[in-house]
Amino acid sequence: MTDRQPALETREVTRHYTMGEAVIRAVDGVSLSVAPGEFVSLLGTSGSGKSTLLNLIAGLDRPTGGAILAHGRNLAEMSGDDLARHRNRTVGMVFQAFNLLPRMTLEENVELPLRLAETDYAMRPGRVRESLERVGLGARLTHRPSELSGGEQQRASLARALVNRPTILLADEPTGNLDSRTGEEIMNYIAQFNRELGMTVVMVTHEPRLAERYTQRQFYLKDGKLSDALSMNGGGA
Amino acid sequence: MKTRDLAELASRNLRESALRNSLTTAGIAVGVASLVAMLSLGIGLQQLAQNRLAGTGLFNTIYVYPKTNRAGGGRGGRGGGPPDESRPGDIKMLTDETRQQLASLPNVVEVFPELRFTADLRYAGGGHVTSAASVAASAKGTGQFDAVQGSFFSSESAAEVILHMDLAKELAEEGKIQPKDLIGQEVTLRYPQRKPVVAAPNQSSADLAANDEFGMGFTIAPAEAKVRIVGLVENEQAGPGGLGGVRMLLPLQFVEQLNPVQGSDVRSVVQSPDKHMYVSLTVKLTDPKYVSALEDSIKQMGFATFSLFDAARSLQRFFAVLDLFLGIFGSLALAVASLGIINTLVMAILERRREIGVLKALGAADRDVRRLFFAEAGVMGFVGGAFGVFLGWAIGKIINLGTNVYLARQDLPAEKIWSVPLWLVGAAIAFSVVVSLAAGLYPAARAARLDPVQALRYE
Repeated sequence: MTDRQPALETREVTRHYTMGEAVIRAVDGVSLSVAPGEFVSLLGTSGSGKSTLLNLIAGLDRPTGGAILAHGRNLAEMSGDDLARHRNRTVGMVFQAFNLLPRMTLEENVELPLRLAETDYAMRPGRVRESLERVGLGARLTHRPSELSGGEQQRASLARALVNRPTILLADEPTGNLDSRTGEEIMNYIAQFNRELGMTVVMVTHEPRLAERYTQRQFYLKDGKLSDALSMNGGGA
Repeated sequence: MKTRDLAELASRNLRESALRNSLTTAGIAVGVASLVAMLSLGIGLQQLAQNRLAGTGLFNTIYVYPKTNRAGGGRGGRGGGPPDESRPGDIKMLTDETRQQLASLPNVVEVFPELRFTADLRYAGGGHVTSAASVAASAKGTGQFDAVQGSFFSSESAAEVILHMDLAKELAEEGKIQPKDLIGQEVTLRYPQRKPVVAAPNQSSADLAANDEFGMGFTIAPAEAKVRIVGLVENEQAGPGGLGGVRMLLPLQFVEQLNPVQGSDVRSVVQSPDKHMYVSLTVKLTDPKYVSALEDSIKQMGFATFSLFDAARSLQRFFAVLDLFLGIFGSLALAVASLGIINTLVMAILERRREIGVLKALGAADRDVRRLFFAEAGVMGFVGGAFGVFLGWAIGKIINLGTNVYLARQDLPAEKIWSVPLWLVGAAIAFSVVVSLAAGLYPAARAARLDPVQALRYE
């Protein structure tokens, strides 16, 4: 891994769904490159394919064609187990709906990636605490998600995304379920991780304001294709 | 994922739907219980039958006959009919030499003949013509005489007699006493004695053999002996090696000294009058495991043999089939319970769709999800199996108890017809786990295949 190698790269990546006779081109020949430590955003209206592209980068989905490279390794050619390892170690994900497991405490939620990574039992409590302290939830270890506010839940899910120390953070509308003040708080955490931990961040959002304020580059998607940023801006404003 | 993590997550998931999973587990427990109860009864009955038969000492016994008698129905002396002798010259008879020869074979404890004769028991002025038989001292250990009233013979040559109960009742009626009061009384035995033509009475068999010269034969003369009644036994002593039809038992050496005329003596007078011949010889071995080999070597010596070794083997086969059938019926409930597992786990997939999606997003491989569901099925199988074994054990015990209450009402001794050996405990739990895992195959595969993108979209 050299600094010159992109952290993420997609080459003519496509993802097609067949619905009966019709073929839906959710992602249609997207090529982009993200340098290590960069904070970029994927913008677009709903149905533009931005979430599908993020899922492909996350290794949750496989492309119909093209290549997706994370630190030079092509996800399209990975085995199921390797793809799982990619999701576990290389990327951390946060979702609009937080996706914390409701019956587990914060501590247990954050421990899950460590369980899946087969981390030593002795190391786990320290790593969990460190992650939760980083998002200011060090005192809420034994609380359940339902006992927390939305912002706190998203912070906990950030802690979960960080616990395995991945190099890439993928955020799918992380502020979508939050009021603007809390959303800003979350964005500040993400920006902080990008700055202080050197994480590469790819954020999906439909708010150009947020993207322009926090991210270094914006990719606009329309009908599964990258489109000119200006036209999007023009249409959006 | 590490096994401990898997176990923790699985048990946590099971606890979360405690009621549903408990009911499923209870279903498995009932299935295993029915299996264990069925098999514990099968095994118990098998042990009961084997112990009973082994106690008779019949499994380490070989009965030896002259070869031609085998066609006459296996047991020579029993029928008493003339043996089928197509080529008398070839027949090897059972002589004293044979007896010594057999006794010198390896693993042989003792060899003894069964002597039978007709005798008249004189008591209180009346006579009772009945069949008498010799009993070897080793019979004491076989359990045949466990229920004897009074005692067994004091020695092999004692002038003592054990009466069967029906004969004892006849005598007691004449003497106007209780049968048990006969014990200790002396009675006179009148019997046909084999006498060498030139010989004095009361000579030992060895002397007689020496005195019998070829062509001289022997005479039969009535003789009398005083015997003391030492014990009474129940009438039924039938079965192979038993003494069906015989109502009077005497010690073997004492009978040999009396030298009564045997059925086979008639034959020996024409065949080889110089030798004492036996209808059958009983060979007792140190252990049943030698029976098969020794039987072969005795057959090679030119005799016919009979042992219960084969009978014991067919008994085992019978119980194997019985256990199999009981096991199949017992397993039916477990099969139904396994459907419960499938149902529960498929429900769990629907409920935990999102959770499975999250796990996959966090880095769970298909294999991890599959193992998680497998582990849940396995835990239900194990817990259900453990409870089921206990339940089955209890059911077996209750059935046994009920049977014994019934037996007690019939004035019969209590029996243990139920047994849960340790291997059954282990096998039942293992079987339960295997069945549960098999039931978990489909749900686990379905959960593993779940598309995380779809699952996470699911609200």
